[in-house]
Amino acid sequence: MSDPLMTAPLVLCIALPLLGALLVTALPRWSVSLGIVSALATAGAAVALTAAVWQQGTLHLILGGWDATLAIALHADGLAAALILMVNLVGLGISVYATDYFHDRLRVGAFWPLWLLLWAALNGLFLAGDLFNLYVMLELLGIAAAALGALTGNRDAVAANLRYLLVGLLGSISYLLGVALLYTAHGTLDLGLVAQRIAAAPELFAVDAAAMTLMVAGLALKAALFPLHFWLPPAHANAPAPVSAALSALVVKAAFYLILRLWLDLFWPITGMAAAMLLASLGAVAIVWGSWRALRAERLKLLAAYSTVAQIGYLFLFLPLLTATPPGPARDDLLAALLLMALTHGFAKAGFFLAAGLVQTHAGHDRIDDLGGTAQRLPATTFAIAMAGSALIGLPPSGSFIGKWLLMQSAIATGQWWWVVVVTTGSLLASAYVFRVLSRAFGLEPTPVRFVTDARAEVPALTLALVSVAVLGLASGPLWRLLELGSAGGGA
Amino acid sequence: MLTAQFLYGGAGLALFVLGLWSFLVHEPLLRKIIALNITGAGVFHVLIAIAYRGDAAPPDPVPHALVLTGIVVAVSATALALMLGARLQDAEDEDRSR
Repeated sequence: MSDPLMTAPLVLCIALPLLGALLVTALPRWSVSLGIVSALATAGAAVALTAAVWQQGTLHLILGGWDATLAIALHADGLAAALILMVNLVGLGISVYATDYFHDRLRVGAFWPLWLLLWAALNGLFLAGDLFNLYVMLELLGIAAAALGALTGNRDAVAANLRYLLVGLLGSISYLLGVALLYTAHGTLDLGLVAQRIAAAPELFAVDAAAMTLMVAGLALKAALFPLHFWLPPAHANAPAPVSAALSALVVKAAFYLILRLWLDLFWPITGMAAAMLLASLGAVAIVWGSWRALRAERLKLLAAYSTVAQIGYLFLFLPLLTATPPGPARDDLLAALLLMALTHGFAKAGFFLAAGLVQTHAGHDRIDDLGGTAQRLPATTFAIAMAGSALIGLPPSGSFIGKWLLMQSAIATGQWWWVVVVTTGSLLASAYVFRVLSRAFGLEPTPVRFVTDARAEVPALTLALVSVAVLGLASGPLWRLLELGSAGGGA
Repeated sequence: MLTAQFLYGGAGLALFVLGLWSFLVHEPLLRKIIALNITGAGVFHVLIAIAYRGDAAPPDPVPHALVLTGIVVAVSATALALMLGARLQDAEDEDRSR
């Protein structure tokens, strides 16, 4: 545990992007090369972190050697490590894409510091071991995300992201009041200690329940759970493509991760079936409503944004199933399936947005009905959209196919068959909106000879989409081992 | 002195609810930003009330540290919101003068 070589990646995952953000701010002339070096270094640290968790199990580090009640603790279990790996690989892809995306000086100078700050906040959020640092990371994430989203400077983008900022702030304040209540009741902010004390003090149920309501509601606002999703589609659809990818694939996922973490580790003794059912019902409406709006969307990026609303809904369906399943292999499968859905969506949605951005740049617009020729002239990009789309539908062999399969299996096993109807409806609608885009790609234009048109922009999109379909689907075994290692510290 | 602590904490909760209500009900941006700050101030009130540990003991420093950090975050977030709001206003003025 105390081996500095093993715990170093915990610190580096946060320190490297932060250092990079400082460097690109100080030396704006070199921002692209410094930015890409920081991205590579950060992704390297994340790979090292996952390898360390793989070898050693849960990592825990108390910074500065303070007492656990005062210190800043960093914590990485299997769940966090898997998500960190996804976030950083997607982040690397987005960075490579961004080197070629922004051309005017002002945008290049503003993108890199904010993007690296956002990255540091994401890694910090996955690794934070106490409630207050989670709050700080949430705020840093929200501020950086809103500033990035407004980067194009046009009116729609500024208006949408101003709303996103305000909504995000409201969510964080609600979370902070929950933290204050927990501190009043239990006298500590450390996640592990609070969890123990909640389990040991059933007489404080009322305070704990109020804190849980405030925190989960605030985070659901940030995770865009129906009906709190209203801010997401305009904010994500109007941001520059690399930013849309980061917001939709990573930032929303971070808020969901926090809900899951609180649900499984902290509030497990007091979460009831009623609360789980409520969240899952909202998730179910999100699936149907988000997919329907995606089907009706006129613009490609708006379609992708609504599809995110639906995909977040799937993640909430797992809560009542987890509540109903006793600890054991069935529950491990369920948790792995949940993680697999989250990871697949991360890779697929990032790939989708990057490809959509390229289509938009080439066509000058992203109206789906008029995209025919452009899509056909970019075979690699169209292929990336098709791959990412098949992962969004949940076609085999994508990761979400296995995820949905296990989800439906568990729904039947626990007698909650109605979720099967929701998942089937959502998947059908998803195939409809994906094929609606793809059907435009095979027009009358002659098929071009070259597959890749613009390597720096197309290869990241294609790689991310391929990972979501092939790697996560065919080689998802290691996830189970990673989760097994991590579940020692948390959960039931 | 326990009543003072309850009063202070209760006032904090009341501020939180008032700010929340105002944020949800009022449309103009400036009112929304002020409402958010009031909501935040309510939470800070609660945290300060928690820190009280009786007249004999020094107050708990942890909630104080949280409030300080919270204020810094609130100031930066307010600045960004005002900046985006000003940008939006400029864009609207431009549209009108065209």
